[in-house]
Amino acid sequence: MSIWEYANPVRFLALSAKVQPFAWAAAAIGILVGLLWGFFGTPDDFRQGSTVKIIYLHVPAAWIAINAWIMMLLASLVWLVRRHHVSALAAKAAAPVGLVMTVIGLLTGAIWGQPMWGTWWAWDPRLTSFLILFLFYLGYIALWEAVEDPDTAADLTSVLCLVGSVFALLSRYAVLFWSQGLHQGASLSLDKEENISNVFWLPLIISIAGFTLLFLALVLYRTGTEISLRRARAISARLEPRG
Amino acid sequence: MIALLIRDLRLALRAGGGFGLGLAFFLIITLLVPFSVGPQSQLLSTIAPGVLWMGALLACLLSLDRLLALDFEDGTLDVLATAPLPLEAALAVKGLAHWITTGLPLVIAAPFLAVLLNMPPQGFAWLVISLALGTPALSMIGTFGAALTVGIKRGGLLLSLLVLPLYVPTLIFGAEAARRGAAGMAVETPLFVLAGMSLACIALLPFAAAAALRMTLR
Amino acid sequence: MMPELGKYAFEVLSAYGLSLLLIVALLAVTLRRGRRARAALRQIEAEARPDGKS
Repeated sequence: MSIWEYANPVRFLALSAKVQPFAWAAAAIGILVGLLWGFFGTPDDFRQGSTVKIIYLHVPAAWIAINAWIMMLLASLVWLVRRHHVSALAAKAAAPVGLVMTVIGLLTGAIWGQPMWGTWWAWDPRLTSFLILFLFYLGYIALWEAVEDPDTAADLTSVLCLVGSVFALLSRYAVLFWSQGLHQGASLSLDKEENISNVFWLPLIISIAGFTLLFLALVLYRTGTEISLRRARAISARLEPRG
Repeated sequence: MIALLIRDLRLALRAGGGFGLGLAFFLIITLLVPFSVGPQSQLLSTIAPGVLWMGALLACLLSLDRLLALDFEDGTLDVLATAPLPLEAALAVKGLAHWITTGLPLVIAAPFLAVLLNMPPQGFAWLVISLALGTPALSMIGTFGAALTVGIKRGGLLLSLLVLPLYVPTLIFGAEAARRGAAGMAVETPLFVLAGMSLACIALLPFAAAAALRMTLR
Repeated sequence: MMPELGKYAFEVLSAYGLSLLLIVALLAVTLRRGRRARAALRQIEAEARPDGKS
């Protein structure tokens, strides 16, 4: 038994069918509990007022936006090294989810920034890095759409994802060098001193878990969609010559 | 290898003036800036380093889709892929040819355009040095982008979308070095990072570009 | 019962509204595309079976 067993599309689909109901249900529960608790059950911050409630959307979305790219990078590596189609398709399936989460992160950040920092947008390192990440998602998705042959598309986007990751990291450091920040430090870290206070912490963790499960469920489902499309394409290609 | 370089340079000089085009574009972009932001010389001298870097970057981008597309159409790339010369080296040479025909003229033209924008004279040397160090990276990243999109019909716009985010770090460090130079501050840090990035691009990106090209040609 | 949102009510509600809208839109597009792809595959498999082995 190894994890590579699930590189077989049939095995993958079987496992995915088993996992998906739990993932969807847990995601719904996590997001509902996290957001409702955050929205109704937490006090206002004494400086930020009620805008602190936006954190339950902002931080999980940003978390997924970054981790979706990391997942795509790993899936791309697996595709390039071991040529498992499921892996390439999972990377393709994850990209639009990551894009939407990036947009949510940017939007909620802008809405929060307007009353708190007095501006929708600042050329702060974190904000700027996120904008660059958004551009990388756009380019990646556009390249998938543009290449006709599916295997070539998987190859090229994987290479782009690899090179893009290196440049995204470089940009991160370049941007840090280029501008001083307005954004506060990490909301969650192992260092207790830096952490946000306990009242906000638990609903935030639940919300993050909910978003992560939603990402998992979405990617599983979307990968299934891509497999169906690929199979349909293969069968019709086989039928064509016979008439 | 040298034969390939000479061939590329000859083609660029002859066919359709890809050579002068980037330079003319750089000139026009720079001249349009005062029209769009107003003629105050104080403002212009502040933004001059950034404008010149931006103009150079766009001029580089402009000629990228010609970099491999013509050779792809007439089959030269297939010949290169099966030639004894490794494809990595061939692409590095193509990047070099692009730099000589596009990047180098930009570097030489930059100080003259800097005069038009009222840039402080103490920054001229740093502008030229930062462009000289940064444009090779732009050419090599562009070669990678061109290799990714060469098989795509009407890939020009997609190429810009893919390449521009990759240009971000080079632009930041390059423009920062030029800006600090113009303001009379120490420029070593951004300049060294820029040089390091250029070297890394030249060393590593030919492999990525060749890999992408093999995938398209296969 | 609605919590007291104070003067930032508009910001908080629009942030929640926009985000949920985007997530729901993503879900809708995903499910629509998924249903269509799976239906198309079933149809094409049904067509393929009579004249072949697959």
